[in-house]
Amino acid sequence: MRGWISRPSSKATVSAIAASLVARGNAVLRRVPAWLLYIVGVGWAVWLFWLAANGGLGVEPIEALEHRYGKLALQLIVIGLAITPLRRGIGLNLMPFRRALGLLAFFYVTAHLMVWAVLDVQTLAAIWADIVKRPYVTIGMASFLLLLPLAATSNDLALRRLGAIRWRRLHRLVYPAAILGAVHYIWLAKGLQLEPLAYFIIISALLALRIRTRSARVAVR
Amino acid sequence: MARRYTSDLSWKDVTPKSVFLNRRQILAGSAAMFGAGLFAADAQAQEALVPNSFEDITSYNNYYEFGTRKEDPARFAHMLTTQPWSIVIDGMVDNPGTYSFEQIVEGMTIEERIYRFRCVEAWSMVIPWNGFELADLLDRVGVQEGARYVAFETAFRPNEMPGVRLPVLDWPYREGLRLDEAMHPLTILATGLYGDAMPNQNGAPIRLVVPWKYGFKSIKSIVRITLTDTEPYASWNAAQPNEYGFYSNVNPNVDHPRWSQATERRIGGGLFAGRIPTLMFNGYETEVASLYEGMDLAAFF
Repeated sequence: MRGWISRPSSKATVSAIAASLVARGNAVLRRVPAWLLYIVGVGWAVWLFWLAANGGLGVEPIEALEHRYGKLALQLIVIGLAITPLRRGIGLNLMPFRRALGLLAFFYVTAHLMVWAVLDVQTLAAIWADIVKRPYVTIGMASFLLLLPLAATSNDLALRRLGAIRWRRLHRLVYPAAILGAVHYIWLAKGLQLEPLAYFIIISALLALRIRTRSARVAVR
Repeated sequence: MARRYTSDLSWKDVTPKSVFLNRRQILAGSAAMFGAGLFAADAQAQEALVPNSFEDITSYNNYYEFGTRKEDPARFAHMLTTQPWSIVIDGMVDNPGTYSFEQIVEGMTIEERIYRFRCVEAWSMVIPWNGFELADLLDRVGVQEGARYVAFETAFRPNEMPGVRLPVLDWPYREGLRLDEAMHPLTILATGLYGDAMPNQNGAPIRLVVPWKYGFKSIKSIVRITLTDTEPYASWNAAQPNEYGFYSNVNPNVDHPRWSQATERRIGGGLFAGRIPTLMFNGYETEVASLYEGMDLAAFF
């Protein structure tokens, strides 16, 4: 007899496979402890610094390190912003890692800022002049300042003191911080470059998803 | 012919190949001592013109036809066919035509010119170029009366240049000089560096070097030279006129709208090297300041 093997051609089968993949992914993720992210994240920054100091990042290590840290911060923010849409959209649960990813993003923004201030610009007067006079530095600093209270309240005690609603409202500051970070990247590029624009588009899309789901929920009500 | 400008440095001042390959480590070591000694060393470097290593010069490039990352030209420029090569010389000249690379360099005195190279992005190198004065070529083709500017054009080859698929600039790359700038003895057409043929990522087989202007004026891989009486199109100037002027002379007192031009970072100093002050006209003030007498350099930046 023919046809006794079910072929995964129907729509229902495909979505069943996707669901089982997500379930398997969630099962794997449950076994990953969040502290591992801190070790890998900080360890990677140290490794990059070691490379830069020993010629592993090319002949212009200051710029290379500055850009690596800055881009990693932006990438971590993108992953952080993707967590909620991924959970709502396909049920993938990355929530246990959200705090670690957020704090690591802040850590990389700080490292980026320190390389710029200490190794690149060097003098306090020049640092201040750059912040005041250079718009892309100004908005980069603004983004950092927006992230400060978020990093400071990324612990259980602060969450309890603020209460869930106020805490969540405060942490929406990551939206403008992400946009400013992407604009900062576009602004410092020479000519029309693809990569900075890609970050801006991805971040905008992730934020747009939130607006849509929020208005959809309001409409249902 | 040539030798109108004589560098006080010659090949014996160039670091020997065996040494320059190790120089970066030595610099990194001395830089690690940090503090005041470091800045003294930098000031000395600015004065003594220690050439950058071959690795520095050939691995950190802006050549957007091969991509916008600094490492892209070293990775992709090998795709460019540089032999055969010809340059169209036209416009207001007595002997217009298509000249082969061999015809152009024939009879030219190839000199060593150890020049500072200052990028508009505020980094710099010292490069031992080999080349001849542009004035010699212009004299040979015969500049007609009334010509006031020289326009240059880089090769545009989508099959050999992966970067031109993106409209980063309006390709082909074009640049221009005023005729007196082009005729200045400091202005050279370079065909090599460190005594070897020009590496592709540095603008093989022949490029312009105008040491008192920001690096993007020194157009690479030239395929056309046109004498004209009107200010020619210049790619960066056309793309962002408020950021990149037609003149683009190195000037520590006129900032780029987005960053300061007062200081620069000399490539090759390692992670702990500081910035060094940028010099007026990139250190060639005595030679070229007279070209701009009476001009407001903040307006004609």
